[in-house]
Amino acid sequence: MSVVAETTARSEESYRVTRSRRNVAWTGAGTLIVVVVLALLPYIVYSGTTTIMVQAFIVLILASMWNLMAGYAGLVSVGQQAFVGLGAYFVLILAQHSISPFGGLAVAAIGCGVAAVPLWWLVSRLRSGYFAIATWVLATTVMLFIEKFPSIGGGTGMSLPGLGGYDPTLLIADTYWIGLAVSVIALGTVYLLLRGRLGLVLTAIRDDEVAARSSGARVGWARMLVFVIAAIGCGAAGALLAISQLIVQPGAVFSVQWTAEMAFAVIIGGLGTIEGPILGTIVYIVLQQTLQSYNAWYLIVLGVVAIAIALFARRGLWGLIDDHLHVRLFPVGYWLWAPGSGGRRGWRGGLGRRGGKHS
Amino acid sequence: MEWVNDVIQGILTGGLYALFACGLSLMFGVMKVVNLAHGDLAVVGGYVALGVIAITHVPVLWSFVIVVPIMAGLGYLLQRTLIQGALDRGVLTTLIVTFGLSVVIENALLQFVNANSHSLGVGNSIVTGSFSIGSQIQLAYLLLLIFAVAVAVLLGLQYFLSSSRYGRMIRAVADDKEAAQLSGINYRHVFGIAAAIAFGTVALAGIGYGMYSQFSPSTGTDTILLFAFAAVVIGGLGSLWGTLVGGVVLGIAQQIGAQINQSDQLLAGYVVFLVILVVRPQGLTTRRAQS
Repeated sequence: MSVVAETTARSEESYRVTRSRRNVAWTGAGTLIVVVVLALLPYIVYSGTTTIMVQAFIVLILASMWNLMAGYAGLVSVGQQAFVGLGAYFVLILAQHSISPFGGLAVAAIGCGVAAVPLWWLVSRLRSGYFAIATWVLATTVMLFIEKFPSIGGGTGMSLPGLGGYDPTLLIADTYWIGLAVSVIALGTVYLLLRGRLGLVLTAIRDDEVAARSSGARVGWARMLVFVIAAIGCGAAGALLAISQLIVQPGAVFSVQWTAEMAFAVIIGGLGTIEGPILGTIVYIVLQQTLQSYNAWYLIVLGVVAIAIALFARRGLWGLIDDHLHVRLFPVGYWLWAPGSGGRRGWRGGLGRRGGKHS
Repeated sequence: MEWVNDVIQGILTGGLYALFACGLSLMFGVMKVVNLAHGDLAVVGGYVALGVIAITHVPVLWSFVIVVPIMAGLGYLLQRTLIQGALDRGVLTTLIVTFGLSVVIENALLQFVNANSHSLGVGNSIVTGSFSIGSQIQLAYLLLLIFAVAVAVLLGLQYFLSSSRYGRMIRAVADDKEAAQLSGINYRHVFGIAAAIAFGTVALAGIGYGMYSQFSPSTGTDTILLFAFAAVVIGGLGSLWGTLVGGVVLGIAQQIGAQINQSDQLLAGYVVFLVILVVRPQGLTTRRAQS
């Protein structure tokens, strides 16, 4: 979490490369405090609040996965509901074989990762826009296939067994803690991945795919890895959804609305930043809670805001903050300090968009 | 005989799917825009037709005379504002904006109209009538009409693109918009024209679907967009006649699927789509692989 990677540029002794413009050791401490406070939350607030927070965790996990795909690997998928649904159904199937849904969550997530490999093989034949619709068709196909099995509820769905003996308050609290744990793991994984080799490869692909390919970057492999990781994350979110709703219905878990929510949260928060999905999820939950009595309005507002941000503030809300304060809570890029300049010129290492000051 | 009937019905519904698909294909071919709001706009076309018929009492079969220009105008407007704005900022933005548009349109229809299903032309003898050949095969006038319209639209588009002045401009801009700009073509205007034409076909698709079946706000994505896309991929990306081939193949697959098991109709169509994606990703009608 701190500025450890401090290397000297080759010949010029006075050039320094750091992960961030400022020392971000406090981010680590801050993150820890936030997580501890969130972990204690069920003891403080009513269960209504914890239920909303579980919803927020689901959107946060989904958003950070969509961000990894669209913001770093250039994969715009509108079919991530395939894995939300599969995650929910895996938990249901495991529960039917008397495996606790909480234990089943991890298995369901891994199962989604495994399922993602053949699905990637199918959709990777298409690029950009057609890739997007292909994932959507795939999600619908998976749903139609699942609906063919009456033992798991067919077209109408069924309630999740195995949690009947639970005390309702404890169940909500446990769901909350699992949600928090999965969120932390998801964000941590994305952060560490992007700081590592994969992040470097993805940056190279984003800047120039042909050049990256010819320098030996395994472009297809990196994209598949991202797709699989996103499937695991979305599967975990789907499993969490099944546990929090206690019912699994094909139309609900395979709804494209999940992709709309994750994509809008990312766009509003800031595409291609770790902080963006977090900020976007907060905006999403606030909007949803404010407008929940007006039916479909929150999706209309969310959609309009996302379109406006995509057009006029492409780096999202976090981009606006970053432009003014030059803050990265979770730096995955690099910052070049020229001799005596105090770090005016940014060098694009990891993140950031052209025209930004640091990366 | 049942199978023969399935194939015939499949071919005829294929005409409707080709109508769904040709707007999507045209917008991709000219502007490189994959319009994720395509299906929802077709549904908007259906609702506009509903409104136009309610207000002016035109016969349903002639409603296109009013609806197509309205949708074409909307297409030009959307292209010159939102879509062009997104295009200037890159492929990713285009996808986000059209996806946002799709979600906004669907939910706005839910909010301001309602979630009920509507259909067009109930009681009209051409819309609901049919005639029989032998004892097994029954041909609906409507499907024959839609198929004829689809073929006419594709022929018209082909003629327009290859022979008219604007068609040449559209092809020039699709090839290289900077070069076309240098030769004095305002490519943004040409993009607008292409979008207007695409939206006109989308309006026809919406009216056709409204007469053939029922539509509701969610029909746009559930049915029209995904069928259109499947038809485009099966037929081959960027090929106009490919959309008809793709539509027909999709239609036949669905009819045969429904014959095996009523609930397998949609699944069968998508399975054929996936098989084509695996064995012939360039589609049935195109030679070279395009990405």
